[in-house]
Amino acid sequence: MRMLRCLATLFLLMMTVLPLKAATAIADADLTALVNALGAGDFDATEQAIAALAASGDDRVAGILDKLGNGELVTRKADKAVFIGEKADKDFKLTDPVTGADAGIVPKATVDKLKVNNKLRRAIATAVGTLTLRNADPKVRLAAAEAVMKSQDAAAIPALDAAIGAETDAAVKTAMISARAAAVLASDLPDSEKAKAVDTIADLGTRDALGMIAPYAGQAGPIGDAVKAATTAINAKLALWDAGQNIWYGLSLGSVLLLAAIGLAITFGVMGIINMAHGEMVMLGAYATFGVQELIRNNAPELFDYSLLIALPVAFVTAGGVGILIERSIIRWLYGRPLETLLATWGVSLILQQAVRTIFGANNREVGNPSWMSGAFTIGEMQVTWSRLWIIAFAAVVFLSLIGVLKKTALGLQMRAVTANRPMASAMGIRTPFIDALTFGLGSGIAGLAGVALSQIDNVSPNLGRGYIIDSFMVVVFGGVGNLWGTLVGAMTLGVANKFLEPYAGAVLGKILLLVFIILFIQKRPRGLFALKGRAVEA
Amino acid sequence: MSMTFTRRTFGLLAFAGALSASTMLAHAEDTIKVGVLHSLSGTMAISETTLKDTVLFLIDEQNKKGGVLGKKLEAVVVDPASNWPLFAEKARELISKDKVSVVFGCWTSVSRKSVLPVFKELNSILFYPVQYEGEESERNVFYTGAAPNQQAIPAVDYLMKEEGVKRWVLEGTDYVYPRTTNKILEAYLKAKGVPAEDIIVNYTPFGFADWQTEVSKIKAFGAEGKKTAVVSTINGDANVPFYKELGNQGIKAEDIPVVAFSVGEEELAGMDTKPLVGHLAAWNYFESVDTPENAEFIDAWHKYIGNDKRTTNDPMEATYIGFNAWVKAVEAAGTTDTDPVIDALPGTTVPNLSGGYATIMPNHHITKPVLIGEIQDDGQFDIVSQTAPVVGDEWSDYLEGSKDLISDWRKPMNCGNFNVVTGKCGGAG
Amino acid sequence: MLTYWLTNGFDRKAQIVTAVLVALAIVVPLGSLLPPDDSVLHISTYQVTLFGKYLTYALLALAVDLVWGYCGILSLGHGAFFALGGYACGMYLMRQIGTRGVYADPVLPDFMVFLNWKDLPWFWYGFDMAWFAFLMVILVPGLLAFVFGWFAFRSRVTGVYLSIITQAMTYALLLAFFRNDMGFGGNNGLTDFKDILGYSIQSPGTRAGLFAASALFLAFFFVVASALTRSKLGKVLVAVRDAESRTRFIGYRVEHYKLFVWTLSAVMAGVAGALYVPQVGIINPSEFDPAASIEAVIWVAVGGRGTLVGALIGAVVVNFGKTWFTGMLPELWLFALGGLFVIVTLFLPTGIVGLFARLKSLRKPPVAPVAVANQSGGAS
Repeated sequence: MRMLRCLATLFLLMMTVLPLKAATAIADADLTALVNALGAGDFDATEQAIAALAASGDDRVAGILDKLGNGELVTRKADKAVFIGEKADKDFKLTDPVTGADAGIVPKATVDKLKVNNKLRRAIATAVGTLTLRNADPKVRLAAAEAVMKSQDAAAIPALDAAIGAETDAAVKTAMISARAAAVLASDLPDSEKAKAVDTIADLGTRDALGMIAPYAGQAGPIGDAVKAATTAINAKLALWDAGQNIWYGLSLGSVLLLAAIGLAITFGVMGIINMAHGEMVMLGAYATFGVQELIRNNAPELFDYSLLIALPVAFVTAGGVGILIERSIIRWLYGRPLETLLATWGVSLILQQAVRTIFGANNREVGNPSWMSGAFTIGEMQVTWSRLWIIAFAAVVFLSLIGVLKKTALGLQMRAVTANRPMASAMGIRTPFIDALTFGLGSGIAGLAGVALSQIDNVSPNLGRGYIIDSFMVVVFGGVGNLWGTLVGAMTLGVANKFLEPYAGAVLGKILLLVFIILFIQKRPRGLFALKGRAVEA
Repeated sequence: MSMTFTRRTFGLLAFAGALSASTMLAHAEDTIKVGVLHSLSGTMAISETTLKDTVLFLIDEQNKKGGVLGKKLEAVVVDPASNWPLFAEKARELISKDKVSVVFGCWTSVSRKSVLPVFKELNSILFYPVQYEGEESERNVFYTGAAPNQQAIPAVDYLMKEEGVKRWVLEGTDYVYPRTTNKILEAYLKAKGVPAEDIIVNYTPFGFADWQTEVSKIKAFGAEGKKTAVVSTINGDANVPFYKELGNQGIKAEDIPVVAFSVGEEELAGMDTKPLVGHLAAWNYFESVDTPENAEFIDAWHKYIGNDKRTTNDPMEATYIGFNAWVKAVEAAGTTDTDPVIDALPGTTVPNLSGGYATIMPNHHITKPVLIGEIQDDGQFDIVSQTAPVVGDEWSDYLEGSKDLISDWRKPMNCGNFNVVTGKCGGAG
Repeated sequence: MLTYWLTNGFDRKAQIVTAVLVALAIVVPLGSLLPPDDSVLHISTYQVTLFGKYLTYALLALAVDLVWGYCGILSLGHGAFFALGGYACGMYLMRQIGTRGVYADPVLPDFMVFLNWKDLPWFWYGFDMAWFAFLMVILVPGLLAFVFGWFAFRSRVTGVYLSIITQAMTYALLLAFFRNDMGFGGNNGLTDFKDILGYSIQSPGTRAGLFAASALFLAFFFVVASALTRSKLGKVLVAVRDAESRTRFIGYRVEHYKLFVWTLSAVMAGVAGALYVPQVGIINPSEFDPAASIEAVIWVAVGGRGTLVGALIGAVVVNFGKTWFTGMLPELWLFALGGLFVIVTLFLPTGIVGLFARLKSLRKPPVAPVAVANQSGGAS
């Protein structure tokens, strides 16, 4: 770091000499020489070359450094010249980074990729940040301010001062002022300046802010006092947010449990089949997602963001179809003998697992996140990842549509009729075998939908289902067999309870405590939270 | 051939006898049998299946070169199904029924511990190709994977030097490898002057899938003003959700790098690595190693397996080294009998795939260079650091119970746990 | 009284089974010890340990059959009792290692030295004595089953619910034993045993002895189970299985009967586990895996539920199949096992024993057909 700081100081000296306002440009040949230095030696040498490039202040530098950070630069082995390299089949298409001129296509073996490590990535981020503080695009300026803030580089103060003076966008200006405060803390400016900087940062009230000022808590005088006061205030605020965060985590775990269990609530809860192959239906859904993504990757990569939407019906039909097949060939012989369905479906689950292992291999398969499911945003100090948010929303949609199907459609009515009283339903003209197959298919299909969601956060491997089967049964039994609302409440309760136990008891003990709790709970209410009443229960 | 006779003796075994007799007839007499003891089903199949294929591939290559001692090699593959007692049963079956000369197998420590008494009792040879926690040196086992000093400590050194890391999160799955590695690392870091409050150690169960709380804890720990890194000994299945959560919560390698000891090319193949660029792994081999030997190996492997997307990884290289060392030792000893081969193995030197040589040491561990790689967006690793070969240290200097122990299986010491303070060969001797 | 009770149970089937088991207990050890290695009569150590293992599985299956086949309690957690018995035995074997561990610590097992533990945890005290360990083999599973059953049967948790919470129980224990902080060696479990009762565990004599012990224990429990099921108590159990409420209304304290047979069954499973561990040489938390317990249920279903002989046959046949498949056709093992589950539940509701009974009745047409249909409804 010290090396970096020295170089940056040097660079600043140069900056003060060079006019700051006007975009600077240096001769192509000089720039080329600087760029070529990137590939001259080891990481330390590259780091110096980055600083030297940044010091040139040329407009093109930021772009070139970006490319370096993305690993798009190569060196030609023959003369160590640096180019932008694009893969073209087995060869590389070279472009001059300075002039943008085409430098021909060369075999892969004649070039070396310019490697970057984390240290270089940080150096690049700082350099690009400082260079783009005056960019025309406010978004770029904001990102630059954030990058500079993260680097806490005292040498950036003059550049920040100049940028703050010229800034018109209020949000960007605030970010720059914070960045300046962070840089001041790292500088050797007088304590009064630093105390002010502490206040500025403390006003942000974030965890990062806390981290930035924390090292100065031990100092005597105004800085230490300011830090201590700020720390107390921020911690109080964070505690509140932490509780919120835990609830959020709990809900998101609960929604995963709900998704995994809701299909089982149909096959087990409504139909009374102890469906041990339920987890494998989830797995089939995940593999269907994999299949869809593979097709899209190979044939229509531009559709990748929609891959999950396309996968939903595919997974539903695949898992549902397999479910109907299982019902027609095996389960229909076993109605009224729930414990035997357990054995048969366990056998089915082994066969499905091994079949998937034989077809797709034992390895994990890659299922990518579409862009709208990647990353996170923050509400105050609470971080919300998009994937979890979408999964919660998805679970809610699936749950409500299922309720809708069961309560509002003719099919749902017939399903409920058959499960309530089979002979009577049959006497009323309902084709009970047909309804059985459809109900089981529906439960399995929903498990397939769960598989689409789970493929986003978990392994897509033949063992995927095994991880969820026990939890799913716990949720359904806890919530009360035969009651979808019970499943919802059960999943959410277990999810939130798990997440509140985890920080104190640890992940394993927390889970054990929950299992013990369920065992005891069943003693108290042998038929779960929301037990069905009436004679049908004994069936 | 005793099986066929016991059939006459009593009826219960008849079926067994008939079945095994029919299979035994199929074996020609003039081959050398090589046992392959890797799980092909169950939870460990995900990792071990590749190693089974590797051994078959190596045997195939060797047979093309004319076999060993003028005889062809013949693989005997069994499936211990990720079930630890079954490992012991299958090991016994391989050695006493199929009469294999050597066994390549095991992945988890518990499977190795399970078969160990069998190999000792029946005096056979096991090549164990996976990085492990050390604290073991047995006469009948050759450890071609890394000991903790061949993986963990150099990785931490790299982070301290190159990344200036001051705070450490040691995150692992709760089993013996992470426990030991973290114990060693904790002692090492403290010896390097890292205060206790700057180290947190955390364990999660196998197959842990909901990483939200753990990752946010790491994030909070990393936001306290000092450069922080995570040393991950998270095992197998739990890795994908862990890295997905890291990516989603926006923890970038530039901010909090994660260095992993159990994540290789195979594991990355199941992930979208774009958000993970820059996170690290420490191994003794990467598929991206740029040497002619490696290029040739990968080429032959792709031809054999008929799929040029199949990756190679560190345990494969360890299998490769172990296999070649065994071939060389058998040729030197002129026999496949256990004792002469065990005596011939220490000192045997074979080329590895990263452009150097691996030597079997008297402690039955091997020399390996330590490579640190950064994850790239194509699922490969960019090698950012490579050390000279390091000798595997079976008894860690950083653990209370084992710092006084050494191992040397050459005569006259011939001991796996010699205590240099008491001057005695401990344990069973 | 007791003699009457036992002789009453000692019917022809029990006589045959006992005779076979006792004969095995004599012949196999002799065959493994007396003839030289290359003799036609020699039985290899591999076979002795393998069949010894099958016998312990058979005892576990017998335990499952007793509660499931005769009392309608489908336990998906019997593996827990088996494993607890195994751990009790394993702890004894660990303490016998003494200074022969790799760190040569006279008291602490290797894995504790390895994790820098200084003192033996309290629950390891006493396990250096064989009688104490044997007591624990019976007490620990028995006590757990008693407490669990006491709560569950009194609150009338039945059928599927009971199955699920037995599964929750074994799953919770699985997670607990995986934790290294528990002091049971975590995932690596207990292994590298040296002696049992002063004899080297690897010597052929000890192996033969363990085999004989397994056969004799199995014979003993078989006679007990057979006597039990033929007694009046056994009739009540079957009544509970077929119509629990009706039995209760007649005036029987159903929960007492259930609790008794449940606890007895757990003890049997514990003994099976204790015999299993020295023969396979390792005990690890994966024995608590719910899948292992389900597999034990399958053995019973394959052999023939509700017939004690069936449990034994099922355990041996399925495990023999496992040994054979995982050796010869490893990729097909799970297909075979899975297919077996499906076929047995669909076509052989009374298992192999039932199949033979059916074949016999086919040969003698005038006899009324054996009721094979739906006696398996159980608690449903």
